[in-house]
Amino acid sequence: MPEQKFTLEDLKRILREGAGTDEGVDLDGDILDTDFEELGYESLALLETGGRIEREYGISLDDDVFTENRTPRSLIDAVNEHLAAILTHS
Amino acid sequence: MNARAVVTGIGVATPNGMGVEDFWAATRVGKNAIGPVTRFDASRYPSRLAGEIRGFEAADHLPNRLIPQTDRMTQLALVAADCAFADAGVEPGDIPEFDMGVVTASTCGGFEFGQNELKKLWSQGSQYVSAYQSFAWFYAVNSGQISIRNGMRGPSGVVVSDHAGGLDAIAQARRQIRKGSRLIFSGGFDAPVCPWGWVAQIAGGRLSTGDDPETAYLPFDSRARGYVPGEGGALLILEEERTARERGAENVYGVIAGYGATFDPRPGSGREPGLRRAAELALADAGVRPRDVDVVFADAAGTPSLDREEAEAITAVFGPFGVPVTAPKTMTGRLYSGAAPVDVVSALLAVREGLIPPTTNVERSAEYDIDLVTGQPRTAPVRTALVLARGHGGHNSAVVVRAAD
Repeated sequence: MPEQKFTLEDLKRILREGAGTDEGVDLDGDILDTDFEELGYESLALLETGGRIEREYGISLDDDVFTENRTPRSLIDAVNEHLAAILTHS
Repeated sequence: MNARAVVTGIGVATPNGMGVEDFWAATRVGKNAIGPVTRFDASRYPSRLAGEIRGFEAADHLPNRLIPQTDRMTQLALVAADCAFADAGVEPGDIPEFDMGVVTASTCGGFEFGQNELKKLWSQGSQYVSAYQSFAWFYAVNSGQISIRNGMRGPSGVVVSDHAGGLDAIAQARRQIRKGSRLIFSGGFDAPVCPWGWVAQIAGGRLSTGDDPETAYLPFDSRARGYVPGEGGALLILEEERTARERGAENVYGVIAGYGATFDPRPGSGREPGLRRAAELALADAGVRPRDVDVVFADAAGTPSLDREEAEAITAVFGPFGVPVTAPKTMTGRLYSGAAPVDVVSALLAVREGLIPPTTNVERSAEYDIDLVTGQPRTAPVRTALVLARGHGGHNSAVVVRAAD
């Protein structure tokens, strides 16, 4: 299996597709350490985002991945840890 | 209970007009907006006509974040809410959030959104269903989204009683004004022109199967053969008259003066349907006599047995040919929860202009002793109007609107 990596660009694309973007927010700005709530995404938007990440990467993430990781950087790291773990076990 | 609930803002979106002035310019002259369904390929369905709102792009009017989470009916309702605020000269932040509420009616819910997500469920699997399916197809979603977008946290809810619901919601809004709320949004929006919504309506058994937009929906006509459905509706802002005038409200369209609602007796009972009583209750509530009423906006089901019941109810209250009757919904089709709020808007604008919009395409059957305004609009002083609406399953509601001065 080729190595899969989840990037900020992937996250931004999925956020745009699944939940749209707040007019007052520039996703192309420096957002890595900004709380999702400040970016205009409430829990349901993150649920939708999580569902899209899961089906695109063929993985299953626990709900607390999204409650515990409140910024893009931390969510991207968590998803990549998950992808790396799958690779080691396959 | 002495508080008078007045209408101070209107947002309307129908197949023949967006916004108060466009809508009225089309309605007052009888502009038809029924045509072949274009939102999906209806050619193999038994009913193929609808009143569609053409050229509406939600993204032109609403924040990007709202688009993936809203059905078309909600998008229309949110835009209408913005228009109603502007029309009323109120900014959402002007009034404390718990003093403003939203009471809408719904007949269909978000059929198109629901269909798309259910299609993903059966074709791709549960993980493909949008998280927003958790609310986007609910009956209450229009009230909820209007409330969230505009920070309205006062008394809110949804009424589900088919076409009658549009009046029941307005009555509930009036109750909240009487109980002290500053501003309540009321009305209804539906937009079920999608395959799933379509088959549900066909199953109701009352859709017209005609293909000619000018003869498919002919209430009170001997050729009546069912109704054409449409999409859209209206939202009204209700305020207590004194506080509305104190803030300098520019548009005081009229007073929601009376309301009555009844339920039909069991089918086959032989007892009289409930519409006459609903009308009489609304007149009594408003403190007006039948001879004070200048026009009746009919429910206009378009099914012969229902048309007969309505004509008999009107004749029982007003006498044969005792009051002008009209059904402008012949231009747009029946809009479900949106139909009666649109008729209330038409009634208020009839009061404003002194003009009764026509019932289009219809030649009144000699069977009905009602003074149906057909063909051309009729100029007449209008100070008091009665709006009738009936919902599938036996709901009857009536509202009296009056000039404010």
